Amino acid sequence: MPNNPFTQAGSSSTITRPPSGAERTGDTVFRGIAYACAGLIVLLVIAILWQLGREAAPAMAEHGLGFWYGTTWDVNKEQFGVLPEIWGTLYSSLLALLLGGIFGIAIAIFLTQDFIHHRLAVVFRTIVELLAAIPSVVYGLWGIYVLIPLIRPAADWLHEQLGWFPLFGTSMSGPGLAPAALVLAIMILPTVAAISVDAFRRIPYKVKEAAYGMGTTKWEAILKVMLPTASSGILAALVLGFGRALGETMALAMLIGNANQISWSLFAPANTLASLLASNFPEAGAVEVQALMYAALVLLLITFIVNVVGLAVQQYTMRKFEGKQ
Amino acid sequence: MSDVDITAARAVDEPGFVRPNLKRRMLEGRAVKNNVLTVLTWIIAILAAIPLVSVIFMLLMRGGTRLFGADFVEVLTALPPAGFEMGGGIGPAIVGTLAMVGIASVISVPFGIMAAIYLAILGPTSKLATTARFLAKVLTGFPSILAGVFVYAVLVANFGYSPWAGGVALAVLMLPTVVLAAEEAIAQVPQRMKDAAFGIGCTRTQVIWKVVLPTGLPGILTGVMLAIAGAAGESAPLLFTALFSSYYIESLSAVNNPTASLSILIYNFSGMPFENQIELAWTASLVLVLIVLVFNILARLFGQPKD
Repeated sequence: MPNNPFTQAGSSSTITRPPSGAERTGDTVFRGIAYACAGLIVLLVIAILWQLGREAAPAMAEHGLGFWYGTTWDVNKEQFGVLPEIWGTLYSSLLALLLGGIFGIAIAIFLTQDFIHHRLAVVFRTIVELLAAIPSVVYGLWGIYVLIPLIRPAADWLHEQLGWFPLFGTSMSGPGLAPAALVLAIMILPTVAAISVDAFRRIPYKVKEAAYGMGTTKWEAILKVMLPTASSGILAALVLGFGRALGETMALAMLIGNANQISWSLFAPANTLASLLASNFPEAGAVEVQALMYAALVLLLITFIVNVVGLAVQQYTMRKFEGKQ
Repeated sequence: MSDVDITAARAVDEPGFVRPNLKRRMLEGRAVKNNVLTVLTWIIAILAAIPLVSVIFMLLMRGGTRLFGADFVEVLTALPPAGFEMGGGIGPAIVGTLAMVGIASVISVPFGIMAAIYLAILGPTSKLATTARFLAKVLTGFPSILAGVFVYAVLVANFGYSPWAGGVALAVLMLPTVVLAAEEAIAQVPQRMKDAAFGIGCTRTQVIWKVVLPTGLPGILTGVMLAIAGAAGESAPLLFTALFSSYYIESLSAVNNPTASLSILIYNFSGMPFENQIELAWTASLVLVLIVLVFNILARLFGQPKD
């Protein structure tokens, strides 16, 4: 370095100096912009709530609480009720959570509890992450042309043999709850797996060593030590996965059959709040748009509650392991 | 496994002491249970990989024939076919998707990074920061279709369908991802680097521009790329903001200017009874997955130097 500023102490070329007036003004302006941008997030959420509330207000005044338990959606009679959609949303999401949860947790165990070499685990983790990267419509397309033809024979066989059982009460004519819930399970699996992996990773290594030291088998250590220790993190994973499932739209709009009915049958077509919006909104008239805005508000409320619960559990887990020692 | 008898010394002088059995046998209950569960886990892991393999296989088989075939130029540039028409392509949809993702990035990235700067450096524990951080996390789980409903009420109801409406809806979904990823990247910049900059008389703005942002750039870019990848694959928010069009967008006008996108093309064509359209839906899916994949790979490349 030919002219090192430190050798010329006292000269004007030193790099340490107080900020000039222009720099201070610039600083204030910049900080103001950053503050405004952070405020924008808050404003955005308020704007969403306010806008949806305002658009839905006429429908709320018209249909009131009856909207929640009404079972017909008839534009001509101007009768709107979303109970079948709420039922379909919760039913499909719970089924997806059951499947996606079991698979997600099993995969988290598989990736973190020394089943495979850690380099292979990285590869496998990438595969699971890629599942999350595939767009929802592509899963919908895959569901229509691969999954439905694949499970239809099995569904019809189950219906013929065990038709008295409510879950198999109808035959499968095409789109329905089962393919929708299966695709949904595939879509939430990466979320559940990723957050569960974090929960397992957060357990100090000495906990596992202590378990092995007492002579447990690998699975005794996993079931009696690791799983209970990671349980709150896994709970957060399940709740957030459930929230994802509730709001998922396109794959469901393509696979669930959009039928306004309440049925226990896995093979019957159903409907969800999100796919009701997707399929009715583009062609809706003014009155129906108001009702759809109300339905959007219902969906927002349900997902908001589920997500806040999930985040609270996740926060609690982090504090448990990282906060007070 | 363990033939060393570690209890031998004590066993002699304690009457009634039962030696623990330290030998492991293959057919012992707990060993069997262990092995069964291990096999089960392997089966589950393999089963979980099947959907991905199947999706990729179908994309290449049904979409690939068209995309990697002789008429790939037509597929990538021609207008979508109507009814019984043969041939055709997905050109307008590709342009539309890229245009709207571009609009969404231009809106959400600067705002997101500025908000992240506030959350990570300027006032990490302030009331605004805590609220904004919490709401950003809530927004990541926000159903994407509601972004469409919101933008419909604000923009479409007043100005009609347009690429801007679609772009804004996508920006609403990108914003929380960008903010949270950028905040994490910025927060990881070592405190002593910032201290050194402050020590020579930098203002906070100079510290952020000359030290924090260049150092945190790889992490920020990773977040931005992941947000773009997510937005490119979204369809629900475009359904009634950009609608669809069979023609190329001629301008970026924000008034009555319906715009095509790959995801809506897939949605529309998937339900059609024509083999040609269904095949194009698969081709469009392959193109869409490739676009998403490119941004995912970019995200990983940017993220690498950190490790």
